[in-house]
Amino acid sequence: MKLSLALQLLERAQHAWPADAEPGSPAWLQSVVDGLCALSSRDPLTDLPNRRQLELTLDREIDRVARSGEPALVLMADIDHFKRINDTHGHAAGDRVIQAVGRVLQDTVRPMDTVARVGGEEFAIVLPNCAPAFGQAVAERIRRRVEREGVAVEAGSAGPAQVLRVTISVGGAFAPQWVRSSARLWLDRADHQLYRAKSSGRNCACLETPPVLVVSSEEKGLLFASPALADADNENVDSP
Amino acid sequence: MNAPAADPPTTGSPGPIGHRARVMAVTSGKGGVGKTFVAANLAAALARRGERVLVLDADLGLANLDVVLNLQPKVTLHDVFTGRATLKEATLKAPGGFSVLLAGSGLVEYSRLTPDLRERLLEVIHQVTPHYDRVLLDTGAGISDVVLYAVSLADDVLVIATPEPTSLTDAYATVKVLAAQQQREIFRLAVNQVSRKGEGRAVQQQLQTVVDRFVRTGEGAAVKLDLLGELPTDTAVREAVQRRKLLLEVQPGSPAALAMIALAERLPKVVLR
Repeated sequence: MKLSLALQLLERAQHAWPADAEPGSPAWLQSVVDGLCALSSRDPLTDLPNRRQLELTLDREIDRVARSGEPALVLMADIDHFKRINDTHGHAAGDRVIQAVGRVLQDTVRPMDTVARVGGEEFAIVLPNCAPAFGQAVAERIRRRVEREGVAVEAGSAGPAQVLRVTISVGGAFAPQWVRSSARLWLDRADHQLYRAKSSGRNCACLETPPVLVVSSEEKGLLFASPALADADNENVDSP
Repeated sequence: MNAPAADPPTTGSPGPIGHRARVMAVTSGKGGVGKTFVAANLAAALARRGERVLVLDADLGLANLDVVLNLQPKVTLHDVFTGRATLKEATLKAPGGFSVLLAGSGLVEYSRLTPDLRERLLEVIHQVTPHYDRVLLDTGAGISDVVLYAVSLADDVLVIATPEPTSLTDAYATVKVLAAQQQREIFRLAVNQVSRKGEGRAVQQQLQTVVDRFVRTGEGAAVKLDLLGELPTDTAVREAVQRRKLLLEVQPGSPAALAMIALAERLPKVVLR
């Protein structure tokens, strides 16, 4: 058991131990487990849920949607030109920007929503019970809020202290209403929309529009164009 | 015949831990193409080769599996949904050696996909699958939310079509919607009421041609229609339907019955998972 490592990790995370819990007692052990769970589900830089925690949330949400039929939206948000920020202002400034954007996202959504850091400069937001009609408005509100908010970065070797303006691109998809789905599929679809937002100039929000499913007259025409099926009809006509 | 089965499965005990039946939805888009007839007789054919089969009447509003099988159930899924009976009590033995869960008369109550209905259907599937090798979901006609949801509970989809243009169009629309919404890449196809040998293949090829051109899954994957078989127009079918008997029971040697058995043989055997 790597208990000493666990204790070091908890120490570093300023773990709050229960009062008068003797080391080795059940209450103390429970606190170790709780502390490690918290550590493994959060991102250390932003203190937001990490990818692992996000996937659990998505799985739960997919099951809930299948059972209740309530809509749920997942948004992927990615900081625009992040590499440029890192290159110009240094990695410490980059970290500050990630933390600040994380905070803004968290402040902009409802308490029931989950904002997670997926990795790098990418975030995901799970919005349970979000009506399709409001999806675009929600995504836009989040995007504008980040755009308005500046990020103060300290003076580094690169230059004096200053306020950076950052923007995000947002992609979103609603959870499928049917039973067959997975967290991966859902995220992939939101990611695809994020890609669309990035390639249409960044600092914008793209949401997946449900496909319009119609059978066109061209499709119908082709369905009945088979010589084999036509032959069958002729046979019916020719042979009594 | 109408008494509740002693136990839900024919053998009475659940399979190995973790075993779950393969669930296949039987659907068609258009009504009146023989969906329920195929579901019932296919179940009988599968039971003949030793599978533990349950047919679940998922056409909750306008159920007629009871009509096809000439059963007058006292306890139905409706009673299970309303808490008046257990699933075990509602599971009946059908003449062909398989089990059935009949919908009963919910009528309007189940015409809309409410959260309640979602939850109940999902629960029923979870509860029955450990006890069988295969569960057939006889869905309603059309592509309503209730039908699409019922299909989403299934591992496989069997589309029933006839060579008629309206049936072809509706089968095609069903495939298109299910591929886009449920990421389905494979559909089994059974062509009913063919008037000559090979017509089922022609129907499959025609549908496949149009599917190749216009249909993709939500993720952009190609969609394949696997022809399970064709069922000839046969006076024996009409007689069996009129007498409300299984074709496989009353005319097991008829061309349509033999075709049904061949069709069942093309379904991969359920391997214990």
